Formats: sequence, C-alpha cells, structure tokens
Amino acid sequence: MATPPGRALPQPTPETQHFWDGTKAGQLLLQTCDDCRKTYFPPRPFCPVCASRNVTITPASGKATLYSYVIHHRPVPGFTPPYAIAVVELAEGPRMMTNIVDCPQTPEALVLDMPLEVVFEAQSDAITLPFFRPISSVAKG
Amino acid sequence: MPHNTVAVVGAAETTDMGVITNLSQIGLHADAAINAMKDCGLQPKDIDGIACANETPVQLAHYLGITPSWVDGTAVGGCSFMIHVRHAAAAIEAGLAKTILITHGESGKSRIGNPPRSVHPQSLNGQFEQPFGPMGPPSMFTIPVLRYMKTYGITVEQIAQVAVVQREWAGMNPRATFRNPITTDDVLNSRMIAYPFRLLMCCLVTDGGGALILTSAERAKDFPTKPVYILGTGESAETPMVSQMENFTTSRAFRVAGPTAFREAGIAHKDVDHLMIYDAFAHLPIYGLEDLGFLPRGEAAGFIAARNTAPGGTLPLNTNGGGLSYMHSGMYGMYALQESIRQMRGIAPAQIPGAKISVCHGVGGMFAASGTIIFSNQAP
Repeated sequence: MATPPGRALPQPTPETQHFWDGTKAGQLLLQTCDDCRKTYFPPRPFCPVCASRNVTITPASGKATLYSYVIHHRPVPGFTPPYAIAVVELAEGPRMMTNIVDCPQTPEALVLDMPLEVVFEAQSDAITLPFFRPISSVAKG
Repeated sequence: MPHNTVAVVGAAETTDMGVITNLSQIGLHADAAINAMKDCGLQPKDIDGIACANETPVQLAHYLGITPSWVDGTAVGGCSFMIHVRHAAAAIEAGLAKTILITHGESGKSRIGNPPRSVHPQSLNGQFEQPFGPMGPPSMFTIPVLRYMKTYGITVEQIAQVAVVQREWAGMNPRATFRNPITTDDVLNSRMIAYPFRLLMCCLVTDGGGALILTSAERAKDFPTKPVYILGTGESAETPMVSQMENFTTSRAFRVAGPTAFREAGIAHKDVDHLMIYDAFAHLPIYGLEDLGFLPRGEAAGFIAARNTAPGGTLPLNTNGGGLSYMHSGMYGMYALQESIRQMRGIAPAQIPGAKISVCHGVGGMFAASGTIIFSNQAP
C-alpha cells in the first residue's frame, strides 16, 4: 500500500521502545507475565493482571482475525477515504488497532472474523507500522 | 448507603444554546453558573465548593469570585458531571462543603477559548491508535458496533431507529437544535461518516453549558425551588483506547457505574419513570439499556424500534432529544443531568406525567469512563 504523506506517527517511550524496534525488525512483540502467564498489549513493564514485574517479551505469530472496524469517509492526513480503521484479535489473545491492506476497503471484502496476518511497512527511518492483510491474499502476492 | 441526604436546588443551562458567538468557553461556564445561582437565590459568596471539567476549578473560582473550601477537577470526558455530582454528594454528606456549584461550558461549535484537542504522539493513543487514521469520536466511538451487530444479529435499520425516536422527543422541545421529524430512510440516506454510521446517527456539534447547585436535603427545604434528591450514584473507568475495551458488545465502565447506582438507590428497574442515556452516537442507548440491566443482551435495539422509549412508551428515554437532536457541545453529560432535573421538577417541555424517579447515565471518552446518577423528587 503506497502510504500518502502526513500520517500521524508514534513517538516511542522507554516502555514501548522494544515494540517499535521489533516492528522495524519485522517482528510483532507482545509481553507475557512469567508469573500468571497473561499475554498483553499495549506494552508496559509489568503485568496488568497481577502487577508482576517479571515479564518476558515474546514474538507473536502474526496471525489474527478481524474483530471490528469502521470505514472512515472523512479526510485525514495521510489517508485516502474511504479507508478502514480496524481492530484485530491476535492469535495470542490481545487486540490492536490497525489498517487492513491488500484488501478492498468495503463491507463486502471486510468480513468479521476473517483470518489475517501481519505485514510491516516502514513509515520513516525510526517507525515501521504493523498492518494486517487477508491470509488468502498471500497467494496473489 | 442511600445518598438521599443531598439535593439539587439550583439548575440551569446557558441563556442561549446552539451557536453562541458572544461568549468564550469560560464565559459559557459563568453564564450557566449565574443562571443556576439566580434559579435558587444564591450569590458567589454562598458557594463553598466547586467542580468543573474542561476548565480548571481554579479558573472557575477566580472568574466567578468564589472562595471554595472544596474543589473537584475530575475530567474524564462527558460523564465528568455525573461524577462531580457523586463526589459532591459525598462531600456534603461528609461535611466538607455545604453548597456546591458544578459548571460546564463548551464552545464546541464556535471554538472560542476552546483550543483544539490533540493526541500526543508519545501517549498510548498516540502510539497505538492514532497512526491508523482515527479522527475524533465519529471514527472511534463507532468501532465496536459491527461486532455488536454480528453478535446479536442487529441491523443498521434498528440502530437508525434510535435517531428517529429521539427526533420525536426533540420535536416537543423548543430549545432543541433539530426538531423536524425524520424517517428511517432519512437516516439511512444521510451522508456516510464512518460505516456503518451515517450523519444522522452522530451527535450534533453545538455551543452551550449548564450548572447545578447541590446542598443537604435538610437545607434544600429552605430554597425556592423544588428539591431533586440524589438517591444513588456510580462511577467507573475502563480504558482510554477504544481498541482495548474488554468486550466490544458491552462497556465494563457502564456495568460498574450503573449497578452501583441502583444498589445505592435501593430501587428496581421497574421503579424508573424516566431515563437519560448519553447518546453521542446512536448505539449508546442500546449499550446503556443492556449494561444498566434494563434489558437482556441483544434486545435493546428491538426494544427501541418497538417504540418502548418513544413518546407514549413505557420507558421514556432521552426526552430532551438527546445529543443526536437537542444539543451536544462535546461533553454532553451536563445536558442529560439538566433534563433529569427538569423532569423531576415537573417543568420539562416533554414532561412525563407523575415521574418520580429519573436515571441519568453518562459516558466519558470512547467508552473510557462512566457515571450514573439516580434522582427522585420524593422527600426522604
């Protein structure tokens, strides 16, 4: 997906730097609590269930399903409407906001619970964003 | 712990509503506050507690000439005012203040003295939502709905009914921004904003404000206005990121705030004569009816489409026309509270005859926070 200029980009913080280093290296990194085994997102240096600081950074499989979305029809810098703003449910459990690429931005093409996989697209030297595409689109290249 | 030891004795909205070009945001706060003080015969020297959200209590104290001994600047979005009422009731019960003023003013349309909101790129929202193209509530508050519709087999036509029914209530309210009747087709043919949401399923953008004055139920008898007692209150918070809601078919913040208020009030749902559910978008009354326990999961849209919440229905809902048709300056909760007070005083434009209990439920942010207040006009 050619990305028009102007999209708002994240500025990592000490607690999230590993996540953005991960996307730049082609990995979607989650965190898992060593004590209660909860896998969670967004990043923070402690478990949001049991407050343990014993957490391990774990690569996600990149597999997800489409949980919900809207198709936005208003102009936003960096986007050409209409475009979908989606929330996907990762195979590991956590959900995240993203865009769906390699897929028409229509209700007919965007079917809830459809299988997706992560793709990474560099936005700047520092920031690579995780997007998701239908798994069936892999065959089409 | 029933809270019916505290009452609202002063209540007023801004003099004008809609597009207000002669007042800035703090001026709207003051206009509403002065109207509320006049309503119950008080002056700034009589106020010893203040609360507000989009301005600081410091600015309010200075601007209105109030010397408070209790301040609350809770700012969790549009339900901040329900939470202010809850905190104020507790403060009065605890003896921290005697007479508390809660104000709201918002230049949401004209944007005078109301700087544009921005999402900081280092915030969690800025890092993990904003890069994917949301632009304000119409593109975020709406994201959970397709999951709700699939889970319960709800159609967009049913959700559109929320807007149609509320316009009927607005038609009875001379101060409502939009009063002409609309049909389901009008809603479904209005401009697409964020599929599946069309323009008439989204709230207005207006200027306005409102203020409330609370005191003890005992002192309330000495005021010129009909006291409106606070029976029960609740509040909660869930997440600043709509993508991180636990479940897209229900709000955890609603499920904490609502039942807490009902328990505190000691009432059953069948006791409720009048209901306000903050409607920034047409799906919110549906979530609210279910999360507050009025209806089983998945049944609220059909309940509204069957006209149960319409004029003449068994559960009058959003009788001022709501955020969809009455007004919505950005943080709507104050206007929902004002309509509950009018209904309990018996002076609402679309008055529910004999109404004794009103439930007023608010949301803050995009399902981020919640506050619920249960009012009664029956002396404790």
